[in-house]
Amino acid sequence: MVQINNAIRKLDKGALPVWYEIPLGGTLVSEGSTEYKTGGWRTKRPIWDPEDCSHCLICWIYCPEMAIQVKDGKITGIDTTLCKGCGICAQECPRDKAMTMAEGGDY
Amino acid sequence: MASLRELSQKEVLFTGGHRLCAGCPAPIVVKQALLAAPRAPIIVQPTCCLEISSAVFPYTAWKTPYYHNAFENAAAVASGIEAAVKALKKRGKLDAGKDYYIICIGGDGGTYDIGFQALSGMLERGHRVLYICYDNGAYMNTGIQRSGATPYGAWTTTSHVGEAQKGKQQHRKDLAWIAAAHGAYVANASLHNWRDFMRKVEKALNYEGSSFINIQAPCPRGWRFPENMTVEIARLGTETCFYPLFEVEDRGQKWVINYTPKNKLPITEYLKPQGRFAHFFQKDNEYLIEEFQAEVDRRWEHLQRLAKMSAE
Ligand SMILES: Cc1ncc(C[n+]2csc(CCOP(=O)(O)OP(=O)(O)O)c2C)c(N)n1
Repeated sequence: MVQINNAIRKLDKGALPVWYEIPLGGTLVSEGSTEYKTGGWRTKRPIWDPEDCSHCLICWIYCPEMAIQVKDGKITGIDTTLCKGCGICAQECPRDKAMTMAEGGDY
Repeated sequence: MASLRELSQKEVLFTGGHRLCAGCPAPIVVKQALLAAPRAPIIVQPTCCLEISSAVFPYTAWKTPYYHNAFENAAAVASGIEAAVKALKKRGKLDAGKDYYIICIGGDGGTYDIGFQALSGMLERGHRVLYICYDNGAYMNTGIQRSGATPYGAWTTTSHVGEAQKGKQQHRKDLAWIAAAHGAYVANASLHNWRDFMRKVEKALNYEGSSFINIQAPCPRGWRFPENMTVEIARLGTETCFYPLFEVEDRGQKWVINYTPKNKLPITEYLKPQGRFAHFFQKDNEYLIEEFQAEVDRRWEHLQRLAKMSAE
């Protein structure tokens, strides 16, 4: 395990691990890939308007990036480190202003 | 079926940070399937976009046990895992009272074509595994090559559009029907109708035997439409009856249509927004639309006859 963690630490720093540091069979040992920030892919960004939102959670069930944050059945925001800006949330939102897309990836 | 509010209290066992394209249908399918499972299933995957992009060393988007195997043998590996679970239960090494759910998820290339014989074997032997095919109608991961699931006339990088031919020359294989002939629980679903799909996953996981769900998964890159339209294109596929929602039970005897559109839309509604069918709307190519529509109607009518017969 120590050996495996070292390999990952090296990868994170951008340095390639040497062969004996790679886990046997290339087994994946970290859980979840959210450390890999896909938010940088965005060229458009969703704007959430809590005033207009009815918390129907349609955007949540369709979001391919699990980027719609929900707590106790209510939307609390968008995980901008993961959102790739596909715009499915805004397209499927049944309301006018609750979720809209704006040009540019940066918030 | 739980409401979205209730479902949102569950942890989604598939995380963001995966490298699938913006607007990809695969993670939507996975999220809905995992939310429908009573507990973390064992996931088995052949090579496909979803596998390639969700388990890139040293990260994984899966918070479930996960097995990646070769392109041809996903269903065979899943069969083996099911047999192993049974054997370990017998020997007291796994809790005999516990249900272990096994879900195999592959693309249409790995299911309709390359993994087909493994799938047929699994369905015939009746292993208790749910096989989900996310049907994006081509080998997308290697750059949009035609598969047995690619629709008639569609452009792909191996079904060109030019003087000699206009896209794919054959109609798509109807895999749900073939699977039904094995006597498995079979369903056709679409990701826009999450309620219908999740009900089917739940049913399949509790089914004593093999099950197969084919789910419509529109691919923005391969089908050539803007990435925000994934869910809408799926909806149009079902509203035109190109991708009807149905299920087959009782060893292939009972066919039930789960959704009948109030107004069956003309197929052009589905074809028009997709670049892969752009040539359908060029001069002298109207026959492509007519042929496509005729096939949709043939299959829809056949399905209705089967449903009517099994209701009698
Ligand atoms: C035996 C074999 N042949 C070819 C490949 C290369 N390959 C990897 S993924 C892929 C396409 C997968 O297509 P599909 O199953 O439709 O899934 P999608 O990528 O469309 O989601 C191919 C041809 C392989 N991995 N193994």
